[in-house]
Amino acid sequence: MKRRIFEELFFRGLMILATIVVVGSFFLIVGTILDKGLPYMSLDMITKTPGGGFYIGKSGGVLNAIIGSIYIAGGATVLGLIISIPVAIYINMYMDGKRFLSNVIRMVFDVLFGIPSIVYGAFGFLIMVYFGIRASLLGGIIAVTLLVIPILVRTLDEMIRTVPFELRDAALSLGTTRWEMAKVVLRQIKPGIFTAILLSFGRAVGDVASVLFTAGFSDNIPTSLHQPAATLPLAIFFQLGSPVEEVQGRGYASALILTMVVLIITVLSEIFIKKFNKHKL
Amino acid sequence: MLVFTLASVSLLLFIGIGLYLHSVPILHKLSLGSLLTSTVWKPLKGLFGFAPFIMGTLWVTCISIIIALPLCLLTAVYITEYAPTRIKRVLSPFVNLLSGIPPVIFGVWGVLFIIPLIQNHIAPHFVDFSTGYSVLAGGIVLAIMIFPLIVSITSEVLKTIPQDLRDASLSLGATKWETTRKIVLRKALPGIIAAIVLAISRAFGETIAVLMVCGNNAAVPHSVFDPGYPLPALIANNYGEMMSIPMYDSALMFAALLLFLIILLFNLVSRIILARLERKLAA
Amino acid sequence: MTKTPHIIVQDLNVQIGNQHILKDINIGIPNKKVTSIIGPSGCGKTTLLKTFNRLLDDAADVKITGKVLVDGENIYDPNTEVTHIRKKMGLLSQRPYPLPMSIYDNVAYGPRIHGTRKKQELDALVEKQLRSTGLWDEVKDRLTASATRLSIGQQQRLCLARGLAVGPEIILGDESTSALDPASTHIIEDLFMQLKEKYSIVLVTHILRQAARISDYIIFVYMGKIIEYGPTDEVLQNPQEELTKQYVKGYIT
Repeated sequence: MKRRIFEELFFRGLMILATIVVVGSFFLIVGTILDKGLPYMSLDMITKTPGGGFYIGKSGGVLNAIIGSIYIAGGATVLGLIISIPVAIYINMYMDGKRFLSNVIRMVFDVLFGIPSIVYGAFGFLIMVYFGIRASLLGGIIAVTLLVIPILVRTLDEMIRTVPFELRDAALSLGTTRWEMAKVVLRQIKPGIFTAILLSFGRAVGDVASVLFTAGFSDNIPTSLHQPAATLPLAIFFQLGSPVEEVQGRGYASALILTMVVLIITVLSEIFIKKFNKHKL
Repeated sequence: MLVFTLASVSLLLFIGIGLYLHSVPILHKLSLGSLLTSTVWKPLKGLFGFAPFIMGTLWVTCISIIIALPLCLLTAVYITEYAPTRIKRVLSPFVNLLSGIPPVIFGVWGVLFIIPLIQNHIAPHFVDFSTGYSVLAGGIVLAIMIFPLIVSITSEVLKTIPQDLRDASLSLGATKWETTRKIVLRKALPGIIAAIVLAISRAFGETIAVLMVCGNNAAVPHSVFDPGYPLPALIANNYGEMMSIPMYDSALMFAALLLFLIILLFNLVSRIILARLERKLAA
Repeated sequence: MTKTPHIIVQDLNVQIGNQHILKDINIGIPNKKVTSIIGPSGCGKTTLLKTFNRLLDDAADVKITGKVLVDGENIYDPNTEVTHIRKKMGLLSQRPYPLPMSIYDNVAYGPRIHGTRKKQELDALVEKQLRSTGLWDEVKDRLTASATRLSIGQQQRLCLARGLAVGPEIILGDESTSALDPASTHIIEDLFMQLKEKYSIVLVTHILRQAARISDYIIFVYMGKIIEYGPTDEVLQNPQEELTKQYVKGYIT
């Protein structure tokens, strides 16, 4: 009997330890980045582009990368939405009676969701070569769009599925068209759409492998789709690779910027999801 | 609408076909067997043996699963079965936040924290010298990246097990841990396996974080302290030289194809298991 | 009642969240008899049953005050060991919940946990309890098959055998026949009548006919309070309280 009680207490302790490790790792990581990056943070970092010699220690900031990332993530999200909203609606509202097929399609998107970004980057690269596009803003947007489509479709699909059948079908019997019904459904899940946008943007802004081959890099803010664009993760990567301590430090500061941006996006999306669920129930 | 749907679904096919078409040149030149098993990687001489990279990927992934699995199972069990409601509500969001951190940040953290840790505190107990850049570092960083995945899927599966089943075991005089170990985990096993398979596929494909800490040395690792060179890192590091060396681009596309197929397989298997579980519950 | 009751409840109050589910319960469960707890849905019958084997311990937000004495010891005393208490009672829930293992392992689960390891002892125990619930002949050739393959009626009998295998003194049944077809229900009811020679049985039921058929005593619970208690015939034929009269009206006519 004593052995059983001991076993119970032992594993309870082990469990608490494991939870501390798992949850604690979040604080460890954010804390380390804060610790290393804060000293090098300055207003310049977010308002200036790299000056000459930035990578060997001269002045400047990472505005080029910040804007570049926003352009690419934003462009990809917009393009992705244009494609994903119709797809999500089609699966849910136009495929009546073809249960099996729509579930297969969902599974395809789930699988696409699991494909790593390096594969999307490589494929995006192939597309660019095929169409003769150089490493540029356009290339980056294409690759990242492919990356975020599964995220958007999945999220939108889940949101639409929370709208009760009755609401979806009731209006049909009143004679409205499916498209008008779709518009109603979309309005219903507005916070859900915001969540999807946030999730997609957050993923896109932090990803490296998809923009590695496709967006190029530049110290300047791109003014056209055909110019190469810097991205924040790559900027971090390059700064860290420099032997100059000052530059490395700025790399940590850039990492801090990226972390903060993505964390804020994640927190916002959690809040939106909660708000959405509250109305649903 | 239909067009968009069809197009997006066939994306999967296009990716596979595209990668395959570009791998054809190298598949013609060297047999599949030698590509997969040769350990010699000298692109300038036209020698492309992928074994070091495949092994590198395997080492890093295995280490990450070995670290993550017990920690995540214990955490998931604690959060769903033991933790008081207040604590549960505080803990869960942080596990989710972990999944939001971009991979490159994990890489930066790995360089700042894990590398010195291994170099100065762990390795000296075992080997003469290590720079810290090793498959162990890659495994640790990767493990933390897959924490949220395993914890969340396992938690979901545990929540579906009816309380009455636990009550049945408790009524027979079993302790809570005995009930968890013998009944709950057994019932949750298919779901846990699905979570592991999904986590493996995630680990296989992770590029930047592992690239920054694992040393990028094209040799088969023989110990956890050896550097490694996983497939994604191979592709990411060398895309610049792709076009200048003959066959190199095809080789890298082949690497991407390999990744794609393996991950596709694992993803499918895992999704099918999870779908079956869902159906059983609804029944 | 000539003997000391097997279970004595003193001033029991149970709150779950903001709801005061059980109010000032004072009752005794007689030894080696079948006692049925009846009452409308939501009145607290199942909660009362679950306080007997402390199954509410882990539920969220539960406050329990008062004493529940089993064989004289207060099971809610902070020093008592809960698995020891639970071993004295076997629980049969509304739907059968076979453990995810073979028929043999289901019955052997309890004994194994409590220390019985030898194969011969376990074999004998399994056979004995499967016989006592009438399952032996039906399953003796497939003891290693998964318990989920059995029909619902068989599963419920298996759960009973499983509960008996740990050697309890008391059997608790929570509407344990409501998921079963009439034939299986009949079998289980007959089993209860046989088992009362050795065990004290407490059943929660909403079927008055069942309560009339098999119980010796009836407790009528309404909105968390015990309204009336006594031998079956008295409570059902000649209820003293107005509320009881209303409830059993359907039966009397």
